[in-house]
Amino acid sequence: MSEAVVEVHADHADHGPAKGLTRWLFTTNHKDIGTLYLWFSFLMFLIGGTMALIVRAELFQPGMQFVQPEFFNQMTTNHGLIMVFGAIMPAFVGLANWLLPMMVGAPDMALPRMNNLSFWILPFAFSLMISTLFMEEGGPNFGWTFYAPLSTEYAPDTVTFFIFSLHMIGASSIMGSINIIATILNMRAPGMTLMRMPLFVWTWLITAYLLLAVMPVLAGAVTMMLFDIHFGTSFFNAAGGGDPVMFQHIFWFFGHPEVYIMILPAFGIVSQIIPTFSRKPLFGYDSMVYAVASIAFLSFIVWAHHMFTVGMPIAGQLFFMYSTMLIAVPTGVKVFNWVSTMWRGSITFETPMLFAIAFVALFTIGGFSGLMLAITPADYQYHDTYFVVAHFHYVLVPGALFSIIAAVYYWLPKWCGKMYDESLGKLHFWLSFIGVNITFFPQHFSGLAGMPRRIPDYALQFADFNMVSSIGAYIFGFSQLLFLYVVIKTIRSGRPATARVWEAAHGLEWTLPSPVPYHTFTTPPKITEAEAHS
Amino acid sequence: MQQSSERHNPAATQSAVRDTARKLCLIVVGMFGFGFALVPLYDLFCDITGLGGDTGDRYTYEAAELRVDKSRLVKVNFITNTNAGMPWKFWSEKGGVRVHPGEVKEVKFYVTNTTGRRMVGQAVPSVVPLAAAEYFHKTECFCFSSQLLEPGETLEMPLRFIVDSQLPANVKSISLSYALFDVTDFAASQTLLGDTAGGR
Repeated sequence: MSEAVVEVHADHADHGPAKGLTRWLFTTNHKDIGTLYLWFSFLMFLIGGTMALIVRAELFQPGMQFVQPEFFNQMTTNHGLIMVFGAIMPAFVGLANWLLPMMVGAPDMALPRMNNLSFWILPFAFSLMISTLFMEEGGPNFGWTFYAPLSTEYAPDTVTFFIFSLHMIGASSIMGSINIIATILNMRAPGMTLMRMPLFVWTWLITAYLLLAVMPVLAGAVTMMLFDIHFGTSFFNAAGGGDPVMFQHIFWFFGHPEVYIMILPAFGIVSQIIPTFSRKPLFGYDSMVYAVASIAFLSFIVWAHHMFTVGMPIAGQLFFMYSTMLIAVPTGVKVFNWVSTMWRGSITFETPMLFAIAFVALFTIGGFSGLMLAITPADYQYHDTYFVVAHFHYVLVPGALFSIIAAVYYWLPKWCGKMYDESLGKLHFWLSFIGVNITFFPQHFSGLAGMPRRIPDYALQFADFNMVSSIGAYIFGFSQLLFLYVVIKTIRSGRPATARVWEAAHGLEWTLPSPVPYHTFTTPPKITEAEAHS
Repeated sequence: MQQSSERHNPAATQSAVRDTARKLCLIVVGMFGFGFALVPLYDLFCDITGLGGDTGDRYTYEAAELRVDKSRLVKVNFITNTNAGMPWKFWSEKGGVRVHPGEVKEVKFYVTNTTGRRMVGQAVPSVVPLAAAEYFHKTECFCFSSQLLEPGETLEMPLRFIVDSQLPANVKSISLSYALFDVTDFAASQTLLGDTAGGR
């Protein structure tokens, strides 16, 4: 038996991938699965983006123009769910699949078959979720936070499909995280000690632990909803002794670490890119690692700042306010380290660097509005307004999403062996940068002036800001088609890339030829201090 | 796990991976359980701190223990609400009363089943300010059980309460709010109604 396995394995050595569709269905190769994740997340990004554009079209002018309020609610809800669970998270998992084994000198992920499973669950989960939009009662319409009892007693019957799809997404994330942790802890090449790991590896290690800790809690929350809806329990139903506020506590116990799940890998990406184009090692590597770890820890004790207005004793409000503000300290350490890395570097502004610098600047704006929201009495004013919308879009779009785009530009030449078109890349950057600011900056003002979120109509005084915001959204949305074009053009007809790709690129993946062979590091490389993290 | 990076033996790596994966699965199972454990923990936390305006179950006391604080008067307001979709009428005889801390007070509440079917209602209380919840004791309350009303029936329901004499001095006024829920289906599923549940 074992002989047969060895033989089959020997057969596989040194040849490329299988041909046709089955290559993608049955693949256990981390590079193939990374590619699948990335394309899937891009598709979801376009679907979720289309929903956002429907929302912005309706909000272009006051009054009801294009859609019914019920459908508007489904669009805001599904936009959030698809972007969070379908676009940002799978994109980061895709990058992890492509990069982690190469960065730590491993031949593949630790559990390749489970890797295949954790990807292939996702298309089914999202088909199920999106299919509810075409059912009689429509899809989820209760906001991406699906507060009970709105999502139990007052939800469309299709909520059961939504619950099941969240279970599947959770299972996929959990398997992905187990795989990532096992790869990082057990598959590192000799000499790749923990403190020599690239920061992208570090941030993903910590993110994977966050996922393991909170995805099961989310699964528990939706299971309780399922029981309330179908089996007569009263977890969140006050009539039967349950408590609706408890839903919010459980949800945000998941939800707050979740927002760091969507930003920590972005920190890792930016920490890889900025040193390369500044031609300097990352400033304060150790402090970066500790900062990420502290942010991860703090993310578990701040959840109730999402729900200051439900009524909380003063001691609770103070605790959650101060602990939230404490997060600004490690986050500030990171921002200062990125700026110090650039300080007196010989910087060039290739597309990945442009996106990375924009990340630092615009994520910081999102961080500052987060600090404003952390102030409990001020939050009573800002709660559920467009100020909150502006805040989390600033950290998620020019934050998480820009880092993913930067990563694609940065590593694409390594993956496919061809350079992208630098002028088109820069055009894409400037359109995105301008578009994103035109879209979300005015939302700060309409929010401070009191415009509530999730409502399809608004008072006349918000008309100008909303029109500007909608124009920005269309600029931003359509410039992502340019991104698609740039990527396809690179794959089809880019000029060949060198192995090192970037003059000052540092790390094991750049020691491999471009494009990377199908199998890499089948014999582990030896890592010395010189080759350690950038 | 440190030394695993030093070995290149695939079998050893394999078993280290399996070991790690097994431990991580324990985290997952543990956190799934923790999610459910949050439910009793939350109730416990609310009971201890009085958060959520939870006023607790029936209060028992010895008459001798009661010490009426004649020097203070506290205003207790009553708010009656019916939950969305609950057609009953629900009101109290007074909007509020003034009581001395430590004094036993009785107030009457009324419900009318305005529908043509037999229904079950359940009132859920809540107290603000939250800090006052643990000092508000109910010795008799219609909220301790659900009410079964025939079509058109009106029920007089007593509430007897004591405001604890330990009530913090800065609390001058307490609001007790009841939300009345329609639990007919729930009661039917629990067979609390027995074969009389066929009313609807």
